[in-house]
Amino acid sequence: MEIFGVPSALFGSQLLIGLINGSFYAILSLGLAIIFGLLNIINFAHGAQYMMGAFVAWIALAKFGVNYWVALLLAPILVGALGVVLERTMLSKLYKLDHLYGLLLTFGLALIFEGVFRDQFGISGQSYEVPELLQGGVNLGFMFMPIYRGWVVVAALAVCFGTWFMIEKTKLGAYLRAGTENPQIVQALGINVPLLITFTYGYGVALAAFAGVLAAPIYQVSPQMGSNLIIVVFAVVVIGGMGSIMGSIVTGLGLGLVEGLTRVFYPEASAVVVFFIMVIVLLVRPAGLFGRAV
Amino acid sequence: MHMKKRLTAICAAAMAALAGGAHAQISGNTVKIGVLTDMSGTYSDLAGPGAVLATQMAIDDFIAQEKPTFKVEMVSADHQNKADIASTKAREWFEREGVDTATELVTTSTALAVMKIGKEMNKVVLMNGPASTPITNEQCNDVSVHYTYDTYALANGTAKAVTQQGGKTWFFLTADYAFGQALEKDSSAVVTANGGKVLGSVRHPFPASDFSSFLLQAQASGAQIIGLANAGADTTNAIKQAAEFGITPKQQLAGLLMFLSDVHSLGLKNSQGMYLTTGFYWDRDDQTRAWSKRFFDKQKRMPTMVQAGQYSSVLHYLKAVKAAGTDDTAKVMAQMKKTPINDFFARNGQIREDGRMIHDMYLVQVKKPDESKYPWDYYHIRQVIPAAEAFQPLSQSRCPLVKK
Repeated sequence: MEIFGVPSALFGSQLLIGLINGSFYAILSLGLAIIFGLLNIINFAHGAQYMMGAFVAWIALAKFGVNYWVALLLAPILVGALGVVLERTMLSKLYKLDHLYGLLLTFGLALIFEGVFRDQFGISGQSYEVPELLQGGVNLGFMFMPIYRGWVVVAALAVCFGTWFMIEKTKLGAYLRAGTENPQIVQALGINVPLLITFTYGYGVALAAFAGVLAAPIYQVSPQMGSNLIIVVFAVVVIGGMGSIMGSIVTGLGLGLVEGLTRVFYPEASAVVVFFIMVIVLLVRPAGLFGRAV
Repeated sequence: MHMKKRLTAICAAAMAALAGGAHAQISGNTVKIGVLTDMSGTYSDLAGPGAVLATQMAIDDFIAQEKPTFKVEMVSADHQNKADIASTKAREWFEREGVDTATELVTTSTALAVMKIGKEMNKVVLMNGPASTPITNEQCNDVSVHYTYDTYALANGTAKAVTQQGGKTWFFLTADYAFGQALEKDSSAVVTANGGKVLGSVRHPFPASDFSSFLLQAQASGAQIIGLANAGADTTNAIKQAAEFGITPKQQLAGLLMFLSDVHSLGLKNSQGMYLTTGFYWDRDDQTRAWSKRFFDKQKRMPTMVQAGQYSSVLHYLKAVKAAGTDDTAKVMAQMKKTPINDFFARNGQIREDGRMIHDMYLVQVKKPDESKYPWDYYHIRQVIPAAEAFQPLSQSRCPLVKK
């Protein structure tokens, strides 16, 4: 059987691959959306923080024998803590200024982080093995599905929806949303708003690092892995609607699928299809698919 | 007594004249070598700082062994893989800083740009990193030497050997830019010429990080061999993901351009069994080991073929300057072309009229993890490809300098 001239098995497998990549986009764009939605910072260091998450996992294993499962927890904590330090010492000075200052600062930080890792570990990257428990794959009939990729989808979706739940449905989330809408009143109610903001940035960064650990066994762990991805992720955030939590998750998954299908029908365009969609969305709905109209 | 005095005076005068003559022949009595390379980007592990080190080693060895009467200096710069930066820097070096030769030049676009400046300003250009064959065909000129390898030799090594060993059906995964397309074209020709068949190819954007879609297309083609017409991170990610999706070992991968640094970063578990073609392997014999260990002591990595070629080409150039007694480009080029090259890097080396340095190449197979006995013990040398067979024959050359 064929779908648009492509064997259905190949078609099905590409959809699945698209979903897997989409879950990476979702988790990264979620972090960006939280940071933008609640702090108004365009976090250009997100790619570098994703890369650092992967490197923490690699260093932990290669130098200290710390396994993948521990790294999955350890890397977000360490890189998130670094995020907290950055927020306290640098970003917090910029909130009164235009978004652009935050963008420039985080862009500069991204270049510095990349440079340091390149200097220490070279450019070719390091290999990180798939953890023993998740090695191998299953034959789905239409494709061979590596177990690890399946795990990535499950883990990414669980973290995405957990985060959505926390922000939209819990008291902490309500404080967060209120704190960004009207900090004076929330402060007057006895809630420590600067602490909330610091926590939010740290959490967004930790999400990037978590995605980095998930990515380590799939891609070579290299200083450039983040910068290759970050532009696409930004496009996802813009398409979904800057700052929209659900928007970033759904568009992340959706664009993964679109990209996957483009790779079958016209592979040369697969790197630009996301931007093509971004242009159309910006023309038709400037606030993004899920954004509130401004 | 009188006689003896006069004789001494004549000798002294003659020596002064000779020495003075030599001075006058070498501008500023200094030979200046400019290393233009990728110091921080995609190719910095395979060329970059290691190539700068190799150049310095060549200069130090030359001074120690040949005791020249002239000075040798080195300058280096990062061309960031951009043709405009490379040509601006080369022009500045040649015009204002008295640089006699621009060398290394990984990335074909930077190499072609600097070759033009070299021709215009009549300075020697020695290339080790770039791979594309137009350098010694359509774009060739009489001041340039392409030293280490090229896409023809790579295709001719790996694709030929793999096809002859029974890998008859091929599918290419090709980086969608000039280099990848050239490599696919050269390799397809070799596959077909050796009785194989190309079932198809997919052009992936450059750079790409996720290859799963493309690999599944390669898998669906049913080809025995998946030829990787890409380089660097694209190649290493494709290899890693091929193993993940269970594509290898059912179908085999052929890395059409891979360096020792790529195998090192992938690890043997992921790259074992692959064939690749190289101009140099550090662990080939006592000579290569001796030099490579000196390199390793400083760089903490074993040299790639580009870095070893860089040493060899710079040393060959300096010896030619000394032998010719001048840094005049035409005379040095003539000297370099007429002197055969036999050192730890090149066996049976010769620079042809099209600027191609031909030398023996090696078809190697990556070892299994349990076959590797010590650090950087990565390759079995399966076949030595003689200089005359490894490179495009002059009869097929499209270089205007080649008289037909």
